Amino acid sequence: MSKFHISATVNGEAVEYLCDPKQTLLDVLRDELNLTGSKEGCSSGDCGACSVTLDGRLVCSCLVLGVEMQGRSVETIESMASGEKLHPLQQKFLEAAALQCGFCTPGFLVAAKSLLEKNPNPTESETRYWLAGNLCRCTGYDKIIRAVLETAADMRGSK
Amino acid sequence: MSGFQYEAPATVEAAVGFLAGAKGNARVLAGGTDLLVQLRTGAANPDLVVDIKRIGELRQISGNAASGFVIGAAVTGAEIGEHKELAKAWPGFVEAMELIGSTQIQGRATPGGNLCNASPAGDCTPAMFAAGVVCVIAGPNGRREAPVEQIPTGPGKTSLAKGEFIVAIKLPARAKNSGDAYLRMIPRTEMDIAIVGAGVNLTLDASGACTAARVSLGAVAPTVLLVDAAAKALIGSKVDDAALARLAAAASAACKPIDDKRGTIEYRTKVAGVLARRAAVIARDRARS
Ligand SMILES: Cc1cc2nc3c(=O)[nH]c(=O)nc-3n(C[C@H](O)[C@H](O)[C@H](O)COP(=O)(O)OP(=O)(O)OC[C@H]3O[C@@H](n4cnc5c(N)ncnc54)[C@H](O)[C@@H]3O)c2cc1C
Ligand code: FES
Ligand code: FES
Repeated sequence: MSKFHISATVNGEAVEYLCDPKQTLLDVLRDELNLTGSKEGCSSGDCGACSVTLDGRLVCSCLVLGVEMQGRSVETIESMASGEKLHPLQQKFLEAAALQCGFCTPGFLVAAKSLLEKNPNPTESETRYWLAGNLCRCTGYDKIIRAVLETAADMRGSK
Repeated sequence: MSGFQYEAPATVEAAVGFLAGAKGNARVLAGGTDLLVQLRTGAANPDLVVDIKRIGELRQISGNAASGFVIGAAVTGAEIGEHKELAKAWPGFVEAMELIGSTQIQGRATPGGNLCNASPAGDCTPAMFAAGVVCVIAGPNGRREAPVEQIPTGPGKTSLAKGEFIVAIKLPARAKNSGDAYLRMIPRTEMDIAIVGAGVNLTLDASGACTAARVSLGAVAPTVLLVDAAAKALIGSKVDDAALARLAAAASAACKPIDDKRGTIEYRTKVAGVLARRAAVIARDRARS
């Protein structure tokens, strides 16, 4: 099977890669582009550890084919901090101990950022539903939800 | 996943050409939220995958409540949920689509994928049965239309011929005083597969009597069911307690469910009646308001 030559935008930069139709976007990010922040928890859309935004929409990168990316734009966890400066969500997750092993954290951060862009003032219930596709085996979720709500309040306050 | 050829045509005609000309087994790729999982597990082993998301006409919602909406087959759940006029005219259909999976899944999943995956437990499919959706199908002989209930023929099987695919689903013109609703029973509150789903769509006249109704059930038979007897229980009534009791009995009587760890035959049969009744009350109240 011949490989496809794909030109796409990843975290604002033009990239080119060769991929097999059977490789997922998650495979491409991790194995071809060395962007290993997106994690593979299940490969079936259930855990959200592979969350990215594709042309602005939150999706599971394990459920997108690498060949679908021609001309499209993806943002991953690697684009969240500006250099050494963490995004407010990242800072808050650290301060509020919203992570333990950290495996789920990139997915939660990408998903939470996408929520706050759409809705800067979500209720707890809206936040829990928005993040229902992100699983965490360690924290019990409460600290994550509180960290997102507190960040939302901080970000509204600083505007 | 084993190897396959991939095409992403820009027109319906080109897509039909690839699907019809495929040597071996070809699959349409819409949101991929079913197909990619099946590729990974080996449940699907296509020789060719045709991605329909680059076809401009398939990416649009057109029409309005009075004329009927046409939803292209590559429009996602997230886009459907953001369409205010559609949600106002067809809240049951929109809610059913939005029940599917998580935010991430909503960013990709389509109603046509839910229908053509042909799971008896799909959530949007019963709502489309109740709504009376008509599918626009393109194929080697041009385009044809078919009522949604003619598409699934068994678990994972559809009536689409080789080379055919769904380009759009059409919601009919919305009559005054109409309402629809879809409810599902799941053991959790999110991210689960329905044990039973029930869709109801009805129209009332000025006196509040029901002039038209469609009732559907999911997860209680090898395909989603359109239950005529349950619809007949409503038509002519004021959708009062007596009519609702007849509807519930007819819904339970139509069930031929499986017995599994998610729900016994007895439980699914009972819950089908309860859910159909509750969905009918919501649809009725929406039609009245
Ligand atoms: C984590 C997770 C949670 C989920 N939760 C739910 C849920 O709660 N309820 C539910 O009902 N489903 C659920 N699903 C299943 C799935 O998301 C839905 O069935 C969805 O609607 C499928 O749409 P799609 O566009 O992604 O389909 P695809 O995966 O692209 O396609 C599905 C099938 O239909 C065929 N197909 C797609 N479009 C067309 C077309 N236009 N013409 C002809 N054939 C076509 C494909 O070839 C394939 O066989 C879930 C899936 C995941 C991964
Ligand atoms: S790895 Fe993609 S959802 Fe789990
Ligand atoms: S911190 Fe370990 S999975 Fe969430």
